[in-house]
Amino acid sequence: MDSNVVLETAGLGKRFGERWAVRDLNLVVRKGEVFGFLGPNGAGKSTTIRMILSLVRPSTGEVNLFGKPLRKSRSEVLARVGGMVERPDFYLYLSARRNLEIISALQGDRSRGDLDTVLDIVGLLPRAGDRVKTYSHGMKQRLGIAQALLGFPDFLVLDEPTSGLDPQGIKEVRDLIRGLSVDRGMTIFLSSHLLHEIEQTATSMAIINNGNLVVQGPVTELLSKGEAAVRLEAWPAPEAEALVRNFPLVTGVRRNGDLIEFAIPRESTGSLNRALVEAGIEVRALVPRRSLEEYFLAITAGASEQGAPRTRRPLLRRVFTASRTGDAGTH
Amino acid sequence: MRSVLTNEILKTFSKWRSSIAFIAIAVVVPLVHIAFYLQGEAAAKSLARGLTQDFFLLGNLLNGYFVTYVVLNTLWIHVPFLITLGAGDQLAGEATGGTFRLLLIRPVSRTRILLAKYLTTLLYTCAVVLFLGILSLVLGIALFGTGDVLVPGRTIVIIPEAEAPWRIGGALLLALWGMWTVASLAFLLSSLVENAIGPIVGTMAIIIVFYAIGNIPADLFRDIKPYLFTTYLSVWQQALEQSIDWHAVASSVLILGAFSVGFLAATWYIFVRKDILS
Repeated sequence: MDSNVVLETAGLGKRFGERWAVRDLNLVVRKGEVFGFLGPNGAGKSTTIRMILSLVRPSTGEVNLFGKPLRKSRSEVLARVGGMVERPDFYLYLSARRNLEIISALQGDRSRGDLDTVLDIVGLLPRAGDRVKTYSHGMKQRLGIAQALLGFPDFLVLDEPTSGLDPQGIKEVRDLIRGLSVDRGMTIFLSSHLLHEIEQTATSMAIINNGNLVVQGPVTELLSKGEAAVRLEAWPAPEAEALVRNFPLVTGVRRNGDLIEFAIPRESTGSLNRALVEAGIEVRALVPRRSLEEYFLAITAGASEQGAPRTRRPLLRRVFTASRTGDAGTH
Repeated sequence: MRSVLTNEILKTFSKWRSSIAFIAIAVVVPLVHIAFYLQGEAAAKSLARGLTQDFFLLGNLLNGYFVTYVVLNTLWIHVPFLITLGAGDQLAGEATGGTFRLLLIRPVSRTRILLAKYLTTLLYTCAVVLFLGILSLVLGIALFGTGDVLVPGRTIVIIPEAEAPWRIGGALLLALWGMWTVASLAFLLSSLVENAIGPIVGTMAIIIVFYAIGNIPADLFRDIKPYLFTTYLSVWQQALEQSIDWHAVASSVLILGAFSVGFLAATWYIFVRKDILS
C-alpha cells in the first residue's frame, strides 16, 4: 500500500434499517492534504466521520488509517488521530481544563503537556478554569478544536468546524486549519455543507450526496472557476474548431473527430451558437456541462427547499445525468 | 486502566446527581433517629408485642443496633432507587450529553471504558450503602447506646449485644452484595438508551414487579420465584437470624453474583457493538 495514504475507505457503507446512510464509499486522503468532505445536510457526512472514528460500525467495507484496518488496529491508529464529531459537547459541569485532562488521559502520554498549548491556540487559556456550562457556542466550538488537537495528531478529523461561528471566528478557524497544515504538516479532513468553505481551505475534496460519492479530486481541478465545460458536435468539424478557437473567452479546446470540447463562460454559449450557425456550420449538439459549483448548488438547494427525499430524488437524477452525460439541452 | 478509572470516578463524583443519594440519606436517617428518640420507647415495646406478657425483657431495647436494623429496611425500595439514580446515568448520561463522541474516539478500547464505568458504579453503590449503615450506626449508638437487637418477623429474634456489631456489619456487606446486582441491572439498562430516566424507571419497575410476583402465593409464581434476582436481595436478613444458615447465605451470594456477572456480560455485549449516534 502507498505509504502516503492516511485514510482509505474501501466500499464503506452503513445501513440503518432499510435506509443506506452511506453506500460504497471509496475515499483516499493522502499525507499533507487538507481534504474537504462536502455534502448537503443529511448526505452521510457525519455517518462517514463516525465510521472513521470508530463510533459507528460499518455495514459494509472497511476503514484503513495509516495503511492499517481500523477494525483490527483500533488503538494503534486512533492514537495518531484527533477528532471532533458534530456539536462540540463536553462535561458541562466540569471546567474546560478538567475536560481536556479527561480526554488527555485517554489520548495517551503524548498529549499530557499540551493542555495549555492547545487552549492557547484556540484562545481559551484565560477562561480555562470556568465550567463549560458558562461557555458560548463559539467557545465550545473552539474547545472542540482544542480537544482534537491534544497530542498534535498526524491526522485531524473535523466535522463542520466553523458551524455556528461568527465571521471573525470562521476566519480564525480557517487560518488555524491552514496553519496546522502548513506549519505542523498535519493531514486534515474537514466536512462542510458550504462549497466556498471547502474551496478556501481544502486542497482536495470529495462530494457526497444521499450517501453516494459524487466526485473526488484536487479542488483546483474540480472547480473550473465559473466556466462551463462545453461539448460541441458540429459539421464540418475543422471549420467549427477554427471558429471556436478564435471565439472570445474560449479556453482549452480539444478536438476528437466530430467532437470538440472546450471551456467558455456560460453566458457566452448562446452567442457562440449563433456565430456557428451564421458561419454555415451545422450544429448537432452544443452541451454545456454544469460546473461542479452549479451542481453542488443544485443539490443543496434541493435539499434545503424540498427537504423530503421524494422530491429530492428526481431533481438529483436530472442534475446528475446532466453533469455526467451532458444532455441538459442545447442552446 | 488506572487513569481511565480515575476519570470515571472524578466525573461521577463531581456530578450534582451523584450527591442526591448522600443528601437523601443524610436527611432520612437522622429523621428516623429523631422519630425514635421522641417516640421510640413505645414503638420498640409494640414491636415486642405480647412478648412482655410472657417474658421479662431486660436491658435497652431501643438502641443503636436496633435503629440501624430499622433503617436497613430502606434497602427494599429506597436504597435501590438511590443507587439506580447513579448507575442508570452511567452510560445513558454520556449519550444524553453527547460526550460519548469525546470518549469513544480515543485509543482506549470500549471494553476498558466500560469496565472503568462499571467499577465506578460499584464504588458509588458501595459508598451509598456504607454511608447509610455507618451514619445510622454512629448516630444510633450516640443517641441510644448499645444493647440486644430485637428483630421482629414471623418469630421474634433477639441477637445478643455482643454479637450485634458483626451481625449488623455482615448484614451491611450482604446488602451491598445485593445492591451490586441492582446496580448491574441499572447499568445494563443504561447501555440500551440515551436518557437516564429509562434505566431508573425500568430498574425500579422490574424490582417492584418481581417483588410482587415473588410474594403472590400462587403455584405458578412460586415456581418462577427462584429465577428472580429480587428473591435473593433479602440475603442481608440472614445475618440477623437467630442462628445463621450459612448454606442459604452462600447460595444467595452465589446466585446474586451470577446475576451481576450476567448483567455485566450483557452490557458488554451490547456496548462494544453499539453505534454511537447521540
